[in-house]
Amino acid sequence: MTTAEQRPAPILSAITFAVTVFTVAPMLVSVTAGLVNNYSVGGKSGFTLRWLDEVWSQYGSTAWNSIGLALACVAWAILAGVPAGYALARSRSRLARAFEELITLPVAVPGLATALALILAYGQWRGFRQSFAFVFVGHAVFTLPFMVRTVAAAFARDELIAIEEAARSLGASFGQRFLAVLVPAVLPSIVAGALMVFTLSIGEFNLTWMLHTPLTRTLPVGLADSYASARIEVGSAYTLVFFIIVLPALWLMQWLATLLGPREERRTA
Amino acid sequence: MIAAACLVPAAALFAAFWLLPIARLLALPATKGAATYVAVLTEPRYLQSLAQTALLAVAVTLVSLLLGAAVGLYLGRRRFPGRRLLLAALTMPLAFPGVIVGFFVILIGGRQGPFAAWTDALFGTRLTFAYGLFGLFVAYVYFSLPRTIVAFTAAAETMGEELEDAARSLGASRRWIARDVWLPALAPTALAAGAILFATAMGAFGTAFTLSSRYEVLPITIYNEFTNYANFALAASLSIALGLITWLALFLARRFGSADVAPAA
Repeated sequence: MTTAEQRPAPILSAITFAVTVFTVAPMLVSVTAGLVNNYSVGGKSGFTLRWLDEVWSQYGSTAWNSIGLALACVAWAILAGVPAGYALARSRSRLARAFEELITLPVAVPGLATALALILAYGQWRGFRQSFAFVFVGHAVFTLPFMVRTVAAAFARDELIAIEEAARSLGASFGQRFLAVLVPAVLPSIVAGALMVFTLSIGEFNLTWMLHTPLTRTLPVGLADSYASARIEVGSAYTLVFFIIVLPALWLMQWLATLLGPREERRTA
Repeated sequence: MIAAACLVPAAALFAAFWLLPIARLLALPATKGAATYVAVLTEPRYLQSLAQTALLAVAVTLVSLLLGAAVGLYLGRRRFPGRRLLLAALTMPLAFPGVIVGFFVILIGGRQGPFAAWTDALFGTRLTFAYGLFGLFVAYVYFSLPRTIVAFTAAAETMGEELEDAARSLGASRRWIARDVWLPALAPTALAAGAILFATAMGAFGTAFTLSSRYEVLPITIYNEFTNYANFALAASLSIALGLITWLALFLARRFGSADVAPAA
């Protein structure tokens, strides 16, 4: 008997092909458009790096701002999210479940609502409003649940509970157990969570557009600005800069996801 | 005790920068009278925006589910060289902000795009689709597809082949198999992924913002009320309505078994 593996599936393969073209073609067009002299003319107009140059001189700071912000979110997710994930994995109380529900709300509610709320509550604190800290708190509440849930799932594994019990019976203090036994055991999940937090923060627009000021612009904010006001070639070159920053993190994440097994793979989606 | 202490930093930031601000947001419409809370239903302008958004989100969800299921069935049950690479390429848009997806549509279907060039060569007029309802639809499908592909590929990987083989040996046609074997096996995934897609499409802001479409969606209405008209109470009321809708959709998604909430585009 033939299995699905060998059986021809003309309709499914045709749709898969069409969807692949639909997904990949705009990326290729966009990368090319950022490297040609004139988008309307295409490759015949010759290739150039001057749009990338222009982007770098005009918007380069937004790339560093975004990277700094994303790294701050990762640091916060590790410092606050990993312990929180541990606490949630070890507690079966209703309060813990409620807390997990609660901190996931910023993901379930549109970023626009969170941003509006932050502006209404803290908009009049001028120093805070105009600093990166304001954008950071928005990103932090939005990205934290991804770290918490990823590591909570890892901490909850049976063998980890057994290892922790063994360490405790040998007289290890909580600090020793947590830092020397548990954290190394869930390190792949922490790295996966960190990469997720990084890519989410780097690409965040819905919150950031409302929270930013002219002095606190991020990469996606700059992208929106260039799409509205700059040449299409400049917008494309800028998009290429975004790809160069975010795709390595994304690929690392996917590689790690296959390493962690199918259950974790679904989480990265 | 130690476990509780572990929650303190996360809880403190969350309380200060989400719970408290949201509480103020929830209270704000009351300052303009209780009726402000239901403005989205009573004011024709906002009701139209809500209906338009919901209609778009439903259409995008259905089309993405159908295409994503086909791709997932194909990729989930076959092993061929380059499969992992293909999956990686298909899920790349998950990391793109909505503004980039909007820009893609402008690149292809805008005034300088290849679509305008082709229609110029064929019919002598430069046609564009980027700035209307169709452009918005295409863009939303673009950022929705990867999510369905991931979900359906995972579901198809775990789908047993015994039923399908049995059906086939009994002489079932392709259509019969699709209806009676695939549909029930993938229905839970479709419900969960569908709810996530719907919520994401309802709340998407960046894409619509970049396309500045004539077809106004609710997030754009909220943005305009807030920045252009400084109508804070109304913007808050509309945000609450939108947040309730997306939260409810995601709540149902988790009830149907999918554990995760996808990031909004």
